[in-house]
Amino acid sequence: MPATTSIAVAETPLVRALLARADDALILGHRLSEWTGHAPVLEEELALANIALDHIGLARALYTYAGEAEGAGHTEDQFAYLRDAPQFRNLLLVEQPNGDFARTIVRQFFYAAFAVPFWRAMQASTDATLAAIAVRTLKEATYHLRHAREWLIRLGDGTAESHARAQEAIDWLWPYTGEMFATDPAEAGLIAAGVLADPAPLAAEWRAGFAATLAAATLRQPEGTWMHAGGRAGRHSEHLGHLLAEMQFLQRAYPGQAW
Amino acid sequence: MVSAEQAVAAVPDPEIPVLTIADLGMLREVRVNADNSADVTVIPTYTGCPAMETIAADIQAALAALGIAPARVHIALSPAWSTEMISPAGRAKLAEYGIAPPPPAHAPATPPACPRCGAGEAELLSPFGSTACKSLWRCRACREPFDLFKCH
Repeated sequence: MPATTSIAVAETPLVRALLARADDALILGHRLSEWTGHAPVLEEELALANIALDHIGLARALYTYAGEAEGAGHTEDQFAYLRDAPQFRNLLLVEQPNGDFARTIVRQFFYAAFAVPFWRAMQASTDATLAAIAVRTLKEATYHLRHAREWLIRLGDGTAESHARAQEAIDWLWPYTGEMFATDPAEAGLIAAGVLADPAPLAAEWRAGFAATLAAATLRQPEGTWMHAGGRAGRHSEHLGHLLAEMQFLQRAYPGQAW
Repeated sequence: MVSAEQAVAAVPDPEIPVLTIADLGMLREVRVNADNSADVTVIPTYTGCPAMETIAADIQAALAALGIAPARVHIALSPAWSTEMISPAGRAKLAEYGIAPPPPAHAPATPPACPRCGAGEAELLSPFGSTACKSLWRCRACREPFDLFKCH
């Protein structure tokens, strides 16, 4: 990696859209990796680390493609380590701290239940690279959703303590779910060209799956309708900066350092 | 004399060394060029499989041992790998090694046969195992835990 400490990216609509999905995967993968060594049981240690690995693998494929699409020679590592928070385009949901296990599971459920219909739709992308990435990502997202759904039901329909924590987590993270289905005006051209799936029509499947899981988990649907927005535009919660400070420390302090 | 194709096909998976990359169905093409360089195309199993970099280095080493260099390893995204691509020989090697081979893609959800005693009454211990490609089970008959290569 050339010894630079920050990069500017020439964002065409395609590069911007690729970075947005890559950032979702990287930031969520990093959050999940924070559980390594701290998970409640060994099986969950393995599960969360494996899911983190799937997300980071997806991020690598998308960053690599973004680098080709931009044509400025930027590598996956440079996109991950040398951009500042306002250059990240991930959803606010995925940067929210892990909290307790219930909050991590609810964040996983909310995101995976979106990722499944999104990547299913992306299999029909007119962009051959994205369609190929989608085939593999859909399989992994389906597995992630099953894991999160089973845990959410177990927590909700478990003890009074786990039920209360699961409900608290749902109520806390609920305002971060609207952003997933908001059509980004910057992506209208890509959606019209069939490169990118429009997330708005995916909301119905997501809501139905959420309602069915809530019923099985004896949990309550949040009533609020106000939703956070801004992640795709680079306006983030304070949590992203702290995450990046840790994740990017080595490349910022020792530019170009390699194994 | 081992051909370039045979040498590359014999490269083992670093996480399940009983399997070669050819057994796994990961190897798509080996091309030796007129200038003695080579282009090898492989497809990754899991998106984030950390073994890919080791596999690429092992392919280059296998070809270098035959005097073929430089070898470029290309990671193709399509076709997407699936457990259906594991060869019959690969499935037999997995079972012998103690890892239950993956069930067919659209199989009914029956428990896998225990690779040790053959009983078909295993219980799932964890849907995520020691590597991205495996889940962890326990045989109710012989009580031994075993890995299952996940259907993917």
